Amino acid sequence: MSGSTPSTSHTSSPAGDELRAQKIAFLVMVAIIAIAPVVVYPVFMMKVMCFALFACAFNLLIGFGGLLSFGHAMFLGSAGYVSAHAAKVWGLTPELAILCGTAAACGVAFVSGLLAIRRQGIYFAMITLALAQMIFFFCLQAPFTGGEDGIQAVPRGKLFGLIDLSNIAAMYIVVAVIFLGGFLLIFRIVHSPFGHVLKAIRENEARATSLGYDTDRYKLAAYILSGTIAGLAGATKALVFQLASLTDVHWTMSGEVVLMTLLGGLGTIFGPVVGAAVIITMQNYLAQFGAWVTIIQGVIFVICVLVFRRGIIGEIAHALKKSL
Amino acid sequence: MEIFGIPSQALFGQLLIGLINGSFYALLSLGLAVIFGLLNIINFTHGAQYMLGAFCAYLLLNKLGIGYWWSLALAPIIVGLTGVVIERTMLSKLYKLDHLYGLLLTFGLALIIQGLFRNEFGSSGLPYRIPQELQGAQNLGFMFLPNYRAWVIVVSLVVCLATWYVIERTKLGAYLRAATENPQLVQAFGINVPRMITLTYGFGVALAAFAGVMAAPIYQVNPLMGADLIIVVFAVVVIGGMGSIMGAIVTGFGLGIIEGLTKVFYPEASNTVIFIIMAIVLMFKPAGLFGTQK
Repeated sequence: MSGSTPSTSHTSSPAGDELRAQKIAFLVMVAIIAIAPVVVYPVFMMKVMCFALFACAFNLLIGFGGLLSFGHAMFLGSAGYVSAHAAKVWGLTPELAILCGTAAACGVAFVSGLLAIRRQGIYFAMITLALAQMIFFFCLQAPFTGGEDGIQAVPRGKLFGLIDLSNIAAMYIVVAVIFLGGFLLIFRIVHSPFGHVLKAIRENEARATSLGYDTDRYKLAAYILSGTIAGLAGATKALVFQLASLTDVHWTMSGEVVLMTLLGGLGTIFGPVVGAAVIITMQNYLAQFGAWVTIIQGVIFVICVLVFRRGIIGEIAHALKKSL
Repeated sequence: MEIFGIPSQALFGQLLIGLINGSFYALLSLGLAVIFGLLNIINFTHGAQYMLGAFCAYLLLNKLGIGYWWSLALAPIIVGLTGVVIERTMLSKLYKLDHLYGLLLTFGLALIIQGLFRNEFGSSGLPYRIPQELQGAQNLGFMFLPNYRAWVIVVSLVVCLATWYVIERTKLGAYLRAATENPQLVQAFGINVPRMITLTYGFGVALAAFAGVMAAPIYQVNPLMGADLIIVVFAVVVIGGMGSIMGAIVTGFGLGIIEGLTKVFYPEASNTVIFIIMAIVLMFKPAGLFGTQK
């Protein structure tokens, strides 16, 4: 993956500079993932990585496609249910269970995407929210999801039938590989010709159409990619916590991923990761205060929208005059 | 007596519940449509403001001894004024930006308001008594109609139609519609458009609070009473299309009735039927039943 640098990097030095900054940031991130388990609980780090991948997937759609989805919980949740069901009831190995969950999210994204891309802007947000609510009620009532209890005690199993994932170190490495793989995939998508067309559509859809691009197909493709990667995060998360529950399909989860991305920086590469880390840390420390978590999240939303629209990484990048 | 193999009592009972739900869908989607028309934002706080209306009535009764009838007038004014403050201090800063920021801001406000009330009052419902004048029920021969439910349906119809009349048939409404089309031009004619925007938001919020007071005796007063409702109302708005006031009213009542009938014939789908209808409408008429695609 790292060999696939955009062609602009050899020709002009500012773009090369940009890429170097992103490479350094990436190496810092890898180092943090490698060292962190010594300092904090590995399970906490795995949670952060799952949500960071979820937020990165969401950011692919809003930050680079300009489409605000308010229903991304449907991918996280449905993938979680399917991978939990596959691991527990069908007895599949973890990599196959994750694959099943991701494929399910891809299917959900394809069908809901066909409907949602028919409208833009605010309508797109409302439609995705409504479709996600439909999935929520489906998960509440469907026989295999366990209703209010969810699917509990999901076995982590043996990776490829060989490596026992109940060993926390093995699980940690698997999650880290999935997260970094997903992150690099998104990085590659953003810098590909496809990603550039997507940005063009975000900036001026009418002009992109007039240049001969079938914008609906690009938007649908971006939506499906985003939903599938969000599903990958959800499927992994279900195995890490050995649980698939209604929390992951509820609209509050869709709101949380918006918040993570907004706080970290919309349309930045590393913003969603930082946003997810901050929000998950906050939830961890404030869990005992109950409803205050919701209130603080609301306050962060309001502050971000009113005075801090670039987000954490967006501000840093602006100060350094680089894109991160 | 049976109709389509369903006892008529059950059928009419669910039809009535459908009409009641429809009244609230209509009132709330009407408020959303009015706000969207002029401000171009989707007011995510609408559900929380509906809840505020109900709580306002509850607190007026239990702290100050002010009853239902005064609450019906006071709660919308109080909550409407908080709406005016929100518009002046926050929303007005966002008009030059992408409309999505308005959605995100109002979503954050909804989280704050609902969180504060959940902290204070817990998440179990608080009872609110039906006013004395509206207790009891009428025997219509085929079913019992509780007086209060009849009152809710009639009043929300009247309020909806009055709003439609003001916007579509009066001079004030004409200014409003003109400002929706072209605010700069209307301002050039010497009309204070920013003030009009503020008052419109206040009015939309007041409508939500009014619906909240009406709902207090039927559903219990609960900090999260508007949270899930608002998502259904969003679907209603997508189905109706936001362009037309009458469209919002008709779709609101219509979908309430369809939902009620689904509860009789296929209860498993009663939670999702509105979303399914939304999906079908999007397939064939993406702009909504009464909307025009811009």
